[in-house]
Amino acid sequence: MNQLRRTFLKGTSAAGTVAVAIAAGLLKPGQVMAAEWNKVAFNATTTADAMKGVSAAGAVESKDILIKAPDIAENGAVVPVEVTSKIPGTTSIMIFVDKNQNPLIADFELSNGAEPYVSTRIKMANTSFVRVAVKAGGKAYTAGKEVKVTIGGCGG
Amino acid sequence: MAEGMKIRATMQGDVADVKALMNHIMETGLRKDSKTGQLIPAHFINQVTATLNGKTVLDAQWGAAVAKNPFLGFKVKGAKAGDKIVINAVDNHGEKITGEATVA
Repeated sequence: MNQLRRTFLKGTSAAGTVAVAIAAGLLKPGQVMAAEWNKVAFNATTTADAMKGVSAAGAVESKDILIKAPDIAENGAVVPVEVTSKIPGTTSIMIFVDKNQNPLIADFELSNGAEPYVSTRIKMANTSFVRVAVKAGGKAYTAGKEVKVTIGGCGG
Repeated sequence: MAEGMKIRATMQGDVADVKALMNHIMETGLRKDSKTGQLIPAHFINQVTATLNGKTVLDAQWGAAVAKNPFLGFKVKGAKAGDKIVINAVDNHGEKITGEATVA
């Protein structure tokens, strides 16, 4: 799956960014395992762009992705989110919050027996759709859930 | 910055349930200092890797919107009691936090 992302990075304008990073000595060309931080995707300001950045654009809606998050979060600074994918061969799980300044929250790559499950806590600026994208067998799937936020957790 | 990470890993059937709590400010770079009105620079963990007996099981990239003092839960199939879990986290300043635990 990392290979996919790599191909994507190389095949687009992002290649320039990577080249600059290598030139600046931030990345060693031989560093294959630890993928460089996906700046393009994390700095994207819309979920659509962020999904492109992690090569999950055109993800298909799926009911096999279970998102456990509160319907109403009183404190947007700490919103627990638990994701379970029932799609066979799930290799990565990504979490987005549509209304955050930078929607991409996290990208988890699973390997060597890791179950298609992650649990974490995120920050939400506003009431928003929490979107999850999952990659399995070279395809991308997505599901979402709205979380109402009483007090925002990003910004001042 | 306060250091440290706590990890607990317990077997549930043939799956190790791993829970980690990292000590980190996770500053988004979007907040303003109330006294000076200046933006507080971003300072957050952006890469996390977890290994089970030295084999990578989870390789994650994070943005600044993971909550302060991040919690991470994941499950590894085929693990057994006594296996060693190591989690390495690096923030955008290059500071490292490492934690390890034995699966119980």
